[in-house]
Amino acid sequence: MTISPKHVALTGNLSPNPVIAAGDGSPVVFLHGPFGQEWPGFLEDLSATHRVFAPANPGAEEPADLELLDDLHDLVVYYDELFDELGLTEPFDLIGHSYGGLVAAEYAATYPRRIRKLVLIDSMGLWRDDQPVNEYVTVAPEVLQGQLWHDTTAPAVAARLAPSEDIAEAQAQFMKEYLSVASTAHFVFPIPERGLHKRLRRISSETLLIWGAEDGLVPSAYAQEFQSRIASSEVRLVQAAGHFPHVEQQEEVSRLVLDFLARTGGK
Amino acid sequence: MAKTIWFHMQGYRDLPKDFKQRYESSWVSPPNRELCDSEKVREYVNLNLDELEFADDMGFDGVGTNEHHANVYGFPIAPTLTAATLARRQSDAAICILGTTIPTTVTMRVAEEIAWLDCMSGGRIIAGQPVGSAMDTVGVGGIPPTQVRKRWYEGMELIRQAWTKPGPFPFNGKFNKLRNVNPWPLPLQDPHPPLWLAGGGSLETYDYAAKYNYAYSYLSFNGAKYAKSLMQGYWDVIEKAGLDDNPYRAGFAQFILVADTDAEAERLYAEHVENFYNKSMHIPPHFSAPPGYMSKQSLENMMLKTGTASPFLTKQDPTFKDAVASGAAICGSPDTVAEQLIDAIKDLRVGHLIALMQMQSMPTELTKMNTQLFAEKVMPRIRDIWKEEGYVDHWWPSGATRNADVAQTVAAGEAK
Repeated sequence: MTISPKHVALTGNLSPNPVIAAGDGSPVVFLHGPFGQEWPGFLEDLSATHRVFAPANPGAEEPADLELLDDLHDLVVYYDELFDELGLTEPFDLIGHSYGGLVAAEYAATYPRRIRKLVLIDSMGLWRDDQPVNEYVTVAPEVLQGQLWHDTTAPAVAARLAPSEDIAEAQAQFMKEYLSVASTAHFVFPIPERGLHKRLRRISSETLLIWGAEDGLVPSAYAQEFQSRIASSEVRLVQAAGHFPHVEQQEEVSRLVLDFLARTGGK
Repeated sequence: MAKTIWFHMQGYRDLPKDFKQRYESSWVSPPNRELCDSEKVREYVNLNLDELEFADDMGFDGVGTNEHHANVYGFPIAPTLTAATLARRQSDAAICILGTTIPTTVTMRVAEEIAWLDCMSGGRIIAGQPVGSAMDTVGVGGIPPTQVRKRWYEGMELIRQAWTKPGPFPFNGKFNKLRNVNPWPLPLQDPHPPLWLAGGGSLETYDYAAKYNYAYSYLSFNGAKYAKSLMQGYWDVIEKAGLDDNPYRAGFAQFILVADTDAEAERLYAEHVENFYNKSMHIPPHFSAPPGYMSKQSLENMMLKTGTASPFLTKQDPTFKDAVASGAAICGSPDTVAEQLIDAIKDLRVGHLIALMQMQSMPTELTKMNTQLFAEKVMPRIRDIWKEEGYVDHWWPSGATRNADVAQTVAAGEAK
């Protein structure tokens, strides 16, 4: 399903953010991974009962925005303004995948009172010398694909990986991924660890940590690393999934997230 | 007169035959403990310096050195290191540093080191400042691709100020926060050594060269024919900026291989040419063009030109015959080489020829033979180019006085 983005204006010289939004219900924000903004079936599932917002990393559409954003501090402030513009005045649910998980965790640690519940999926942001997070910018495409997926022949995955046969469309795909990766690398290359471990203690919301058991980019050992630093957090390991468990095991991840968001009280 | 700089890339001369099959890349990731033997490097480094000194003795207008890291075809690290050994020699040749990689270096250190070298050498330094390849800046240096050019712009501004504004003064950059910019010493040349730019055809660098009236050198291993449209782009920018068409604004790099006859040249050099293009040019797009290193506009242009979904095409290795036919390597008898070079220099309108005469695997005796034949039989013919027009080289170091008598004679002739 294709939903046209709504361009949300920001102040200063920043260009509008092309936020994809759909559904009705309590608000959920999804921050995408390094390869670009998307509206996967997982978000479609959430939008049945929630108002889902999927913004783009700044600079992914208009690289000049990166001139105005030097580091993660600037980025967190950027998102705070965007969330205001989206009308998120009450605490809301925040989901981040991969690089987007790093950004979501930084945001939640900076503005803990704005977040109702937090979901991190195969999140970057921490570092262990014995389990290094792999490289996604300067890496051969075939090596990267091997790290991202449990099964590249599964229909959901194969459909994502197949380039369009239409040249103009294929070029647009290439450009989108090029600019998206560039805009995320701008903040975290070459090591996506910028001191988050010191700040995670500030996260006060209940947090669900979802990990693909076979993630070759951000190994599942990081699930425990996040859990040990976030007071109220739980881990759900998803079997037969790599770096995109919400794509490879969409049904299971959608259920996990919807149950978690619906639950009231403690664990 | 067109000037010739004998340029050494200082590569690793012995690589396994199946290098390309076994390793991902010639740059950034070729594993050091498998491939780089320090005993051999001890030998190479001294050969490299011998060859540079030999070229100096052979009467080249300048000798040149550059910076690359973890790269099989050249890993000279800091060009100021090589330049320091050359600066100590009694010589009147220019020392061309082309150049230091500002985005990955402490910029003030570059300003200070070059000033020191300029004093040491008696004002013979050319301070080349390329933006830096993605392999060096992103792959090895760990700079986010989107920040490479920004760091370069800021570094250039800092160096320019450091050499022209009385110190101490504060400099508040994004990447350089300094309370006391006050380099000791200042360069010997007044106001400072000529700043040269270098690149592979990016439009932003042409604009910068025009804005600050700096010389620009086109560096590639593809030869003059390939360079033609790109250099024309440069000259168009210069013209649009209202600057003159002085050929000393421009330089270009060229592989040059000379022997007594064309057949002898093929016999001596073919294996080294093929070795270079097979091994040294084995650089995958994920290192040469990581996302963000090239601007959105440049990528759009590239897509338009190539008409493919992924514009970073991998090329077939040229054979010796391909390399000669395309002009990537100018190879043959002194006559053959002189004719092709004269055409190339005139066609591209360059005043500075950066002669690449040691091609990675070439042994030192062959390198010296090549150098000597060129100096004796080709260089005198190149000197005549741009002679009659009487252009003045404003981009040459004032202390590098070699062949200045030739230039002065030309200027005197012009004055009459």
